[in-house]
Amino acid sequence: MSSEITGKKIKEHEPLITISRRKSMAFWVRLAIRAGSVLVALIVCGLITRFVTGDDPISVYSTMLEGNFGDLDKMWYMFYNLAMLLGVALALTPAFRMKFWNIGGEGQVLIGGLATAVCMIALGGRIPDWSLILVMLISSVTAGAVWGIIPAAFKAKWRTNETLFTLMMNYVAMYLIKYFIERVDQSGSHTVGPKLLSHGWLPTVLGEQYLLNIIVIAALTVIMYAYLNYSKHGYEISVVGESENTARYVGINVKKVIIRTMALSGALCGLIGFLLVGGFSHSIDPNIADGRGFTAILVSWLAKFNPFTMVVTSFLIVFMDLGAEEIATKFGINPSFSDIMTGIIIFFIIGCEFFINYQIHFRKKAAKEAE
Amino acid sequence: MEKVLLFLIRAVLQGTPLLYGATGEILTEKAGNLNLGIPGIMYVGAISGVIGGFFYQTSGSVNPFLAILIPLLSCLLGSLLTSLLYSFLTVTLRANQNVTGLALTTFGVGFGNFFGGSLIKLTNSSTPYLALTKISKAYQNFLPFGNQQLGGQHGFLIYLAVVLALIVSFVMKRTRVGLQLRSIGESPATADAAGINVTRYKYLSTCLGGMIAGLGGLYYIMDYSNGVWQNDGFGDRGWLAIAIVIFAVWRPHFAIVGSYLFGGLYIMYNYLNASMQVQPLLQMLPYVVTIIVLIFVSVRKKRENLPPAALGLSYFREDR
Amino acid sequence: MSETTPLALELKHVTKVFGNIVANDDVEMELRRGEVLAILGENGSGKTTLMNMISGIYHPDSGEIYIDGKHVTIASPKDAFSYGIGMVHQHFKLVDVFSATENIILGIHEDKFNLNKSAEKIAEIAARYGFEMDPNKKIYEMSVSEKQTVEILKVLYRGADILILDEPTAVLTPQETEKLFRVIRRMRDDGKSIMIITHKLHEVMAISDRVAVLRKGRHIATVDTASTTQNELTEMMVGERVSLNIDRAKIEETPDRLNVSGLSLVNFEGIRILDDISFTAKSGEILGIAGVAGSGQRELLEIIAGLQTPTSGSIEYHDPSNNKTVDLRSKTPLQIRDLGVRLSFVPEDRLGMGLVGNMDIIDNMMLRSYRKGKTVFVDRQPPKALAEKIIDSLKVVTPSAKTAVRKLSGGNVQKVLVGREIAAAPTVLMAAYPVRGLDINSSYMIYKLLNEQKENGVAVIFVGEDLDVLLELCDRILVICGGRVTGIVDGRTAKKEEIGLMMTKAKGGETHVE
Repeated sequence: MSSEITGKKIKEHEPLITISRRKSMAFWVRLAIRAGSVLVALIVCGLITRFVTGDDPISVYSTMLEGNFGDLDKMWYMFYNLAMLLGVALALTPAFRMKFWNIGGEGQVLIGGLATAVCMIALGGRIPDWSLILVMLISSVTAGAVWGIIPAAFKAKWRTNETLFTLMMNYVAMYLIKYFIERVDQSGSHTVGPKLLSHGWLPTVLGEQYLLNIIVIAALTVIMYAYLNYSKHGYEISVVGESENTARYVGINVKKVIIRTMALSGALCGLIGFLLVGGFSHSIDPNIADGRGFTAILVSWLAKFNPFTMVVTSFLIVFMDLGAEEIATKFGINPSFSDIMTGIIIFFIIGCEFFINYQIHFRKKAAKEAE
Repeated sequence: MEKVLLFLIRAVLQGTPLLYGATGEILTEKAGNLNLGIPGIMYVGAISGVIGGFFYQTSGSVNPFLAILIPLLSCLLGSLLTSLLYSFLTVTLRANQNVTGLALTTFGVGFGNFFGGSLIKLTNSSTPYLALTKISKAYQNFLPFGNQQLGGQHGFLIYLAVVLALIVSFVMKRTRVGLQLRSIGESPATADAAGINVTRYKYLSTCLGGMIAGLGGLYYIMDYSNGVWQNDGFGDRGWLAIAIVIFAVWRPHFAIVGSYLFGGLYIMYNYLNASMQVQPLLQMLPYVVTIIVLIFVSVRKKRENLPPAALGLSYFREDR
Repeated sequence: MSETTPLALELKHVTKVFGNIVANDDVEMELRRGEVLAILGENGSGKTTLMNMISGIYHPDSGEIYIDGKHVTIASPKDAFSYGIGMVHQHFKLVDVFSATENIILGIHEDKFNLNKSAEKIAEIAARYGFEMDPNKKIYEMSVSEKQTVEILKVLYRGADILILDEPTAVLTPQETEKLFRVIRRMRDDGKSIMIITHKLHEVMAISDRVAVLRKGRHIATVDTASTTQNELTEMMVGERVSLNIDRAKIEETPDRLNVSGLSLVNFEGIRILDDISFTAKSGEILGIAGVAGSGQRELLEIIAGLQTPTSGSIEYHDPSNNKTVDLRSKTPLQIRDLGVRLSFVPEDRLGMGLVGNMDIIDNMMLRSYRKGKTVFVDRQPPKALAEKIIDSLKVVTPSAKTAVRKLSGGNVQKVLVGREIAAAPTVLMAAYPVRGLDINSSYMIYKLLNEQKENGVAVIFVGEDLDVLLELCDRILVICGGRVTGIVDGRTAKKEEIGLMMTKAKGGETHVE
């Protein structure tokens, strides 16, 4: 009898909604939830666009498609943007797998680009182009690596907060570029263009200016997948990321892995900087990375740090971006419209993770089950 | 001498938006939420104020009281809604704080520029900016300070920034609410065990923090820039505000000094007889100093100066 | 104190079941006003579960709790407080950067927030009961015993009349324990009722008025401390010897494999965790290590495995392949391996140290061996074969070798871990609580595996908590208490009570029964 009394009491004390961590979920259910959230986000974006432009929904989406696949130039440009964003995301991923929050991708790309530009100006015309390109490559990769190693070393030795450290490093790199521009170009144009950076351009492949960068990133995707999943280093990164205790138990030098991985992450960001400056724009300013260092964090995280899935997530973001830009051009609205659209789609995907990781129980249902 | 005084005044003016941002971020971080969306929220705060001001100014006669109140309220509302979005995602849905914050900044900056650009288009003006001169005058003339010789007239938002920083500092240190808030940032499980409502506090600190930061955007437009909105005009000040949080080792009253100091560094090139070339290096200095502070604090490991122990982690009772 | 003293707390027919384990079975217990009641029992006897029900963390499945004669429902720690019940847990819940005062007043609503006033009030309470403490000191500057003082004051500040102390002396030095006991006596004289959980018999004798003994979730008896003896309590606590029928072979030739001498460890807080530990592990023998949880077993194994550095002492390994002796002290796990020492270690924390929960069985098999091979890539074929072999031979229940280890049940997780460690063909195998939380069949499987290793000439070190298992499985048993060796006994002839006494005897004379 008494147990009945206590039993009732428990139910009264139980909150209306309780949440528990899910143990596991079938692959296809996860996929369906994520796809569903993208779909809902697209509908919301469509509605907002309709509200802003007065265009009918079907036309909104077809305009978006047009912005990405409208003609050959647009397609090339889309693939180029996809490649560059994916490249930064690939570079950041080893650090994320290690649970090292490298949000300094932007700065690591910038410093790589700066190193490239410095080489182009200092050595351009003095040594043959092929050796100049080699020097550019080495120095950009080194510069990026240094930008990654600095916060990593402090994290390894003194557990300095890496999120805040790498964030600050972005701005140091940005102002270094501004300083470089002021030194090299006194015209006040805030950019150093192809006129000054006239040597050391990367070759075009098959006459397509974007193709080289796309090929490099495609190769990098496969290499990174192999590195993370099949190499000894990749294995060590996963173990350190999952449990430093286990890593020590099997004799992994945790500090060494942290520094080595961040060196790699920074070096690859530097490589992207090299590709951006040497391979395409042949100019440098603080916006060459175009916020990709930050967006790439989202790309990598949304893809659960899987390089092949990142192709999909970066496509999603580039698609939204270019699609919204097309809408902005077509209807004469501000191009920042695309940032809003990107933001909305990301919020939806972030939010849906909750339903994958957690389970919600309502009290009424729980009580019924108990009876 | 006058030049020095002028510099100091300009440093305060330049530092004020930073102070709003830093105070708001400190309040948020003390409850364990690393809100990297603050730069975005400051844009949203600014544009919301501009939207409110724009429609009031274009509606006809301008009453100084309403000219202040309407933009102020719309600024607070805009920052509140964006902060609520962040809180909902990170606290209720327990999403990753870094990812959510960065997405919010992308969104917020885009939101600001989109509506800014749209308003500029509405005015059919050929210039790439929007000027709310009458509203701005109302802001600058309320509790005015300074005169034309010393950097122009500026209004109450300058004092309010200091007052808010001091209030937050006082609340943190001397009240029960502050104590409970800090306990959540340090150890949410302990706070929960002591019967403190972790979720409510996290929402409260993030939303209030976001609203305070939003005022920084409002000040920048209405007072500092004489009511002129220009896309991307606010620049990277939001990130500088986050740097100040570290520089001030999570203490709002230190943030007052830090903001003015960083504000001074931001404009120092104007007052040195140096060429334009040095300007970027001077502007870089705050970030370098911040990094040095961050390193110094972590090497010394003085517990009071370290970031809140649970900063950036979402709390789930079952995981205890 | 007598039968007529009013009761502060009364438990009637309290039962709590977790899954298929009965943690508390129909427990009846009484706590009188103004007494110190010791709760005595082995690990897993259900003491902590019982106390958690009184303090509102768990809710009993059936049974009633009475406070001052009134039937109550305690649904949360808050409820417990409102009934004047305060529990001091083994793991402190304190905010490090706060002062003692700030921690003590956290979460309570008084009329006015005034830290100085609260500090005065705390100092007053502290003085009344004879605590030594500075209310303004920060937690991170405090020693463990000071932190404990804060936890006790927290409970007293909230006006608790019934105090539950969960193994308060486990983290204290003998001097600090003495101080704590003085405080407890003053609290009792002030009319408080105190329940104290402990394993140490001499402490029970020193502090308590009565003793309640629990065994395997059941309340055995409550006796007056003055009218009982340590031997009688031990018998009640460990119970009759139960025969488990574990096969135990006798190996004739058992050369020394590992020689540990004078090993001591002082942790960063200055507490002596291990004190002059010496023993020899022999090939072809299972050496059991018996002791109350937290007596230094974990640290001892981690030092041998190269995960911690001892303060002093030596660890010598006799290599059977070349008859050489190498020193393992202060070597990293990799250095130990490079010396040719095949040391396997099944740690207590299976998913936090021995395995990676989010990785599948194959990848967990690689943890020790992934460095093999000259290429930069890992070779998943051998670990895959090993995983399948272990799944097959140890009957691991899993959808496949590609299932994340975290999703397996406790017994299967342990089979994966033990299987991997044995597969390395060790010469020394250390296992910490390898059957904790396992069902009967899995446990017997583990015993069998350990015995096979022993018969193959491995020196097995087995840290256990169930004395019946230790007595039937081990050839020799090393008993430690408070970081010291209190005896080494023969597993075939030793008596259960004898070991029980050694486990709970803090600083007595050493008993050597060889």
